[in-house]
Amino acid sequence: MRKEVSKEKAKKIRKGDIRTATRLIRNIENNVPGAKSTIKHLFPFTGKAHVIGLTGAPGAGKSTLIDAFISQYREKDKKIGALLVDPTSPFTGGAILGDRVRLQRHAEDPEVFVRSLATRGALGGLSKAAGDAIHVMDAMGKDVVLVETVGTGQQEVEIMNHVHTVIVVLVPGMGDEVQAIKAGILEVADVFVINKADRNGTGKLYRELMHMLDMADSFPGGWRPPIIQVGDLFEKEGFGESIEKVLESVQGHYDNLVEKELLGDRIRRKAVVELNEALQSSILAPILETLIADGEMDKMVDKLLKKESDPYTCAEDVAKKYLKKP
Amino acid sequence: MADRKLRIMVAKPGLDGHDRGARVLARCFRDAGFEVIYTGCHQTPEQIAASAVQEDVDVVGLSCLSGAHRYLFPRVVELLKEADADDITVIGGGVIPDHDFQMLYDAGIKAVFTPGSTLDSIVQWINDNIKIQ
Repeated sequence: MRKEVSKEKAKKIRKGDIRTATRLIRNIENNVPGAKSTIKHLFPFTGKAHVIGLTGAPGAGKSTLIDAFISQYREKDKKIGALLVDPTSPFTGGAILGDRVRLQRHAEDPEVFVRSLATRGALGGLSKAAGDAIHVMDAMGKDVVLVETVGTGQQEVEIMNHVHTVIVVLVPGMGDEVQAIKAGILEVADVFVINKADRNGTGKLYRELMHMLDMADSFPGGWRPPIIQVGDLFEKEGFGESIEKVLESVQGHYDNLVEKELLGDRIRRKAVVELNEALQSSILAPILETLIADGEMDKMVDKLLKKESDPYTCAEDVAKKYLKKP
Repeated sequence: MADRKLRIMVAKPGLDGHDRGARVLARCFRDAGFEVIYTGCHQTPEQIAASAVQEDVDVVGLSCLSGAHRYLFPRVVELLKEADADDITVIGGGVIPDHDFQMLYDAGIKAVFTPGSTLDSIVQWINDNIKIQ
């Protein structure tokens, strides 16, 4: 019975039904039983969209760039999905999802589906549901899926596991610009955008990025991440031209992946991560739930506190009890 | 284990740029553990309804200080109905005269909060009346 329902839902989503799609995303966020089975029916129909990630510090202009991207893509009649991630409060579990503010001029466009996600405790800059939410939008027939991370610092690089092209958005005047963030987030960039490039410090930031790239021995597929400056949003002509340049680079990156046969690697990377997560949630999570429900967890913690056991022995005991050797 | 969270959209319809109250509410809902989608000012009812559908919210909270609530609030309810999304509860607040309450209730606005309503009473109403999907 449930199988039929899931199949029906998957069909609706593939026809572009937003209500069914957004509810499925919610059920995945909420861990509602049955949600995964709909994803199973959608999975064979994914892999067509170009998935693009944007990451960068809070206030760097990620949402504003996405708004501009959508406008240009819509001129070319591309169907768009956008996932916007904002942080969950570690204290109350609540969240303010405010990225949408910048995108409201597209709200009524039926070919633009924008969905906000709260991190719900995930630390990599995305939410746990992001991977599946991308699949949902992909299966709906979106040509481009844009994914915006939370405002990131140095090491929230989860985005690289879920998208084909990563855009790192930087702004001038953030201190010792590149030194501070050299390893980590800058390494995952396929395209750099220096946003608010009408501000002081742009030249310095540009040079530092160039130096950083100059120091690399080689680039996968020979793709050296371009650095594109995007200036004042209110100077419409110049702004529009730089956005066009960014999107050309994004397309160039994708074409390069295809041409150099690297797209498969990226897709494989995503598949590995997803399989890992699925194994965790199907194997580890139920064991943890049982341990907590039975009070076993508390008992083990008590033992640790009294030094009657250690974490490794406890884990081995659990493994012996729950994991059958083939 | 399912972990359901209430999703609420805070929106300001019409020609009204005074969003202090709306932002205070957004913050208060966050502190109540809700996921709050904030759309900003100057929204048309069409934008609000379309966003509410895309975001799969349980509640839309409309704030209006311009006096146009008699048109704007019912219009959002109407549009949600047209989108086959009348399971989304619409509540409203702002500078709303007592004698307009009944008209808004009749149009499908489930609750109206005016200056002087405490934040706690609004959260309480939501917790008492909204079944999280």
